[in-house]
Amino acid sequence: MATAHTKTLSRIMNLPSIILLFIWMIVPLGMTIYYSFQRYNLLTPQRRGFNGWFNYEFFITDPAFFEAIGNTLLLVSGVLAITIIGGVLLGILLNQAIVGRGIVRILFISPFFIMPTVSALIWKNMLMNPIYGIFAHIAEFFGADPVDFFAVIPLLSIIIIVAWQWLPFATLILLTAMQSLDQEQQEAADMDGASTLAKFYYITLPHLARAITVVILIETIFLLSIFAEILVTTNGGPGTASTNLTYMVYNRALLQYDIGGASAGGIIAVILANIVAIFLIRAVGKNLEA
Amino acid sequence: MARKVTLQRKLGFTALAWFLGCIMFFPIFWMILTSFKTEIDAIASPPLVFFQATWENYQLVLNQSDYLKYFGNSVVIAGGSTILALLVAIPSAWSMAFSPTRHTKDVLMWMLSTKMMPPVGVLVPIYLMLKYLGLLDTRTGLVIIMMLINLPIIIWMLYTYFKEIPSEILEASRMDGAVLWKEIVYVLLPMALPGIASTLLLNLILAWNEAFWTLNLTAANAAPLTAFIASYSSPEGLFWSKLSAASTMAIAPIMVLGWFSQKQLVTGLTFGAVK
Repeated sequence: MATAHTKTLSRIMNLPSIILLFIWMIVPLGMTIYYSFQRYNLLTPQRRGFNGWFNYEFFITDPAFFEAIGNTLLLVSGVLAITIIGGVLLGILLNQAIVGRGIVRILFISPFFIMPTVSALIWKNMLMNPIYGIFAHIAEFFGADPVDFFAVIPLLSIIIIVAWQWLPFATLILLTAMQSLDQEQQEAADMDGASTLAKFYYITLPHLARAITVVILIETIFLLSIFAEILVTTNGGPGTASTNLTYMVYNRALLQYDIGGASAGGIIAVILANIVAIFLIRAVGKNLEA
Repeated sequence: MARKVTLQRKLGFTALAWFLGCIMFFPIFWMILTSFKTEIDAIASPPLVFFQATWENYQLVLNQSDYLKYFGNSVVIAGGSTILALLVAIPSAWSMAFSPTRHTKDVLMWMLSTKMMPPVGVLVPIYLMLKYLGLLDTRTGLVIIMMLINLPIIIWMLYTYFKEIPSEILEASRMDGAVLWKEIVYVLLPMALPGIASTLLLNLILAWNEAFWTLNLTAANAAPLTAFIASYSSPEGLFWSKLSAASTMAIAPIMVLGWFSQKQLVTGLTFGAVK
């Protein structure tokens, strides 16, 4: 039983992190909201003043805006689809009796620990380069024309790279979840003559629901803010074909020095993230309660 | 009744798993291989698997490009921010795990929700603040920012680990008259050390590879390896062998750490929801 003395003390111990996170959350966000209503460009700092909704109008009516929103959602959903489906299949595979399972696991998990700039540059140069890349050589070997990945399918190329980075994460989580699957239930189903597919659908998949939920939540947080992979491969191009919302705001802020416009974009990104979060938590809330 | 695993089935799965595993690992393997080639061998057609290996690229990268400075920046930023965050997070997680109040669940959820905020939402003010404080492109500035970013995850991970320590033991030590600091140093810490070590490890990996703030808030001075490698993306910097050598050195220590932290990764990054 904790005494009143230790209770007070423990609250005091919790204070530093609460204060830090509170400041971290409120102050910059408040400033972003303030700037988003200001006319403020670092190139013309003398022309400042209240700007009403102009920054928002300007940002939203930019033709690149809806493309950026679309690219953001495509990037998130594309990577999620690949990693979840691939992760379930690979999880099942790695859950079998395999010779040298420890080493195979290391082969699969390694891409997750590679920094984004490194993985993007390896893929861009040594795999996807239309002349010297491995894929070009493979295409030539089969007599096909090499694909100029970042010119023709820039967004898809980035989706592939990011999926390569996150597939290990999904696989590892789902594999761990599978290992806690009830063996006796499986055997009972075996005895009742259930097919492999039926067992997967009625036993494995429901058991994985919670883990899949967690993977979707965590990946979405990170995928909404993909930045480095775009910066070092396409710079958001060609044109704005691979610009997501994060990159568009970065472009406004640090390349065009438009503080007001970038802030408005930042607030839109916050709103988008919140909408996604609400949808996700509502859709999957049941799974997390258990 | 153990399920029968036929030899054939086992061999089939083994072959498939190894094949797919090699495909997943191939880009890393190819990078390491390229780092030992000359620039001419690197772009040979058809690609070379056997070649005269050379250490030249490693020597060139180490000699020419201040590589050690960037490496040092990575160590200071990832290590410093992690340790600083742990110092703040340990008391916090301790208090929430062992003397929870009505609000503890809400506080934890609120802390997690700060992670939901996209970084671009605060890019502009953070950039300007650091600029006015003279902290732009300094390791101090980046240590502070990275600490704040990872604080929620660290608190959550520690909380998950601390939750599993039976509180009866703490109560027993209290009955024996241990004062609070003794309780922490002699009772809690030894039991919590594995959890703290896991948190440290996982967070080092995350901080080492963080590539939004490090790219946006640093230039020549405080740039860590993520930003240094990004400088190879410019057209004139297309030297594959040197890129590969620099990249291999940048990822090797953290990748090996990662191999040993698979278990912690699962518990830590899913906030204890998957074990």
